Amino acid sequence: MAIKQISVFLENKPGRLAELTDILSEHKINIRALSLADTKDFGILRIIVDDPDKTASILQEVECIFTVALVLAAAIPDEPGSLSRILHILAENDINLEYTYAFITRKEEYAYMILRVEDNETTSAVLTDHGFKLVSQEELFSL
Amino acid sequence: MERYYNPEMETMPVAEIKELQSERLKKQVAHVYSNVPYYKNLMDEAGIKPSDIKGVDDLHKLPFTYKKHLRDTYPYGLFAVPMREVIRLHASSGTTGKQIVVGYTKEDLDIWDEIVARQLVAVGANEDDIIHVAYGYGLFTGGLGLHGGAQRLGASTIPVSSGNTKRQITILQDFGSTVLCCTPSYAAYLSETLYSMGLTSDDIHLKAGIFGAEAWTDQMRHDIEESLGIKAYDIYGLTEIMGPGVSYECSAQSGMHVNEDHFIMETIDPNTGEVLPEGTQGELVFSCITKRAFPLLRYRTRDIGVAFRETCSCGRTFIKMSKPRGRTDDMITIRGVNVFPSQIEAVLMELGYPSHYQIIVDRINNTDTMNVNVEMLPEQFSDKVSVLEGREQQLTEALKSLLGIYVKVHLVAPRTIVRSEGKAIRVIDNRKLF
Repeated sequence: MAIKQISVFLENKPGRLAELTDILSEHKINIRALSLADTKDFGILRIIVDDPDKTASILQEVECIFTVALVLAAAIPDEPGSLSRILHILAENDINLEYTYAFITRKEEYAYMILRVEDNETTSAVLTDHGFKLVSQEELFSL
Repeated sequence: MERYYNPEMETMPVAEIKELQSERLKKQVAHVYSNVPYYKNLMDEAGIKPSDIKGVDDLHKLPFTYKKHLRDTYPYGLFAVPMREVIRLHASSGTTGKQIVVGYTKEDLDIWDEIVARQLVAVGANEDDIIHVAYGYGLFTGGLGLHGGAQRLGASTIPVSSGNTKRQITILQDFGSTVLCCTPSYAAYLSETLYSMGLTSDDIHLKAGIFGAEAWTDQMRHDIEESLGIKAYDIYGLTEIMGPGVSYECSAQSGMHVNEDHFIMETIDPNTGEVLPEGTQGELVFSCITKRAFPLLRYRTRDIGVAFRETCSCGRTFIKMSKPRGRTDDMITIRGVNVFPSQIEAVLMELGYPSHYQIIVDRINNTDTMNVNVEMLPEQFSDKVSVLEGREQQLTEALKSLLGIYVKVHLVAPRTIVRSEGKAIRVIDNRKLF
């Protein structure tokens, strides 16, 4: 039940992020969610796109440093307390969250959390048991 | 069963080697004093006459020859015979200033051919072998040096020279080359191209390789041996002394035997000029005791290494030298510590990074700082910050362990470090020290 996330290495210099987004827009890639982790020297841009396979081959062609990771996209009710609830469930089940970020869509009921964990299968099982809905790659397109 | 091209010389008892060297040195000093006014002046200034040199033990009395002397006497000022006796000229790349020009008489070329033949036999080659010489032919001594030795041996010599890689691979397959001679980086490139053509080492017939003219690490040796299915041997030389073949690796693959019947090697402290005992790392210095046209005495190579004499499993009695470990002229001093970029390169390669890096030296608030930018390979990237930081940390620690000082490592994207046609620009020193 995992979805593909693209991470790109960016040197921490002005214009680098813009260079990358130019490439994506040239090829009409639609970004659905974005997060940028920064350190002193470099940034890791993480994006959820409509077509991860096409994006990967574009990045390969322009010789960008990138990787494709499988992450979980969990739907949570778009109301106060939802986020706390899911996080507590992960903690109680000893699931370490490497990183996370959110995105919302035009649908008003749910907000979506991208979760990067060690073991997607175990985590999916835990979340499903607690009544959380996980979004698949195909469903993501329609959101 | 070990074979030698010249068993009499290559297995000569050490005491006899020293006697032979002493005799030859005396003659050579007299020859140089009478025929090379520039070096005669150096000797006169040092108060040394040829008669003061009675043998190898007096070698240290002679003045050093520096690269600067070769530049100052461009082109023929250090030649010891009339030009009509010089039948070959070579020159080195001269990345700073004028080229270094060297000359050879017919006898000098015979010596050169012979010492290279010794290397070929040491890697197991004979008249039945097909030698693929992919060092550049021209002013550079690599191509013609290996060519002369291969021909002297009587092997089938293919003067391929460098470049045109796809054609090289066709030749390797169709001509049946058995020994590959080129730079280690070209060997790596050949093997990459081979595999990219859908071929493997099973499609070629190589059994050995003789690689030199640039520094290379054990990891590179291992990779070349694996990918080409050969044993990879090290050869050392420099244009000023002869070309390739000054020293050669044998089946023991632990150090290179110096051709002591033609060259006397010393190791010295690069700062004081003091001669160091065997086993102590220092700058390698060579004296040519048989060449006639361009015989340098106590030439400072600027290569850092170690000399050691041991009973070698190959049976050769010639003294050995380690692979050069750095250059005195690449050397930079950071917070009082001597740092050789080539040592840093070795660490990067051991840890799996390609050799595109740059060292930036600054002085901030009167303290020297060193930052090393290292290009990452695509497969080394991760979506996790902790993994990348871990890599930088690993590199920083490895360098701290090597150098004894802390230098910050920054991973950068591929091709962000400027490539240059010739020698790479490894160090950018922003301190205005002079």
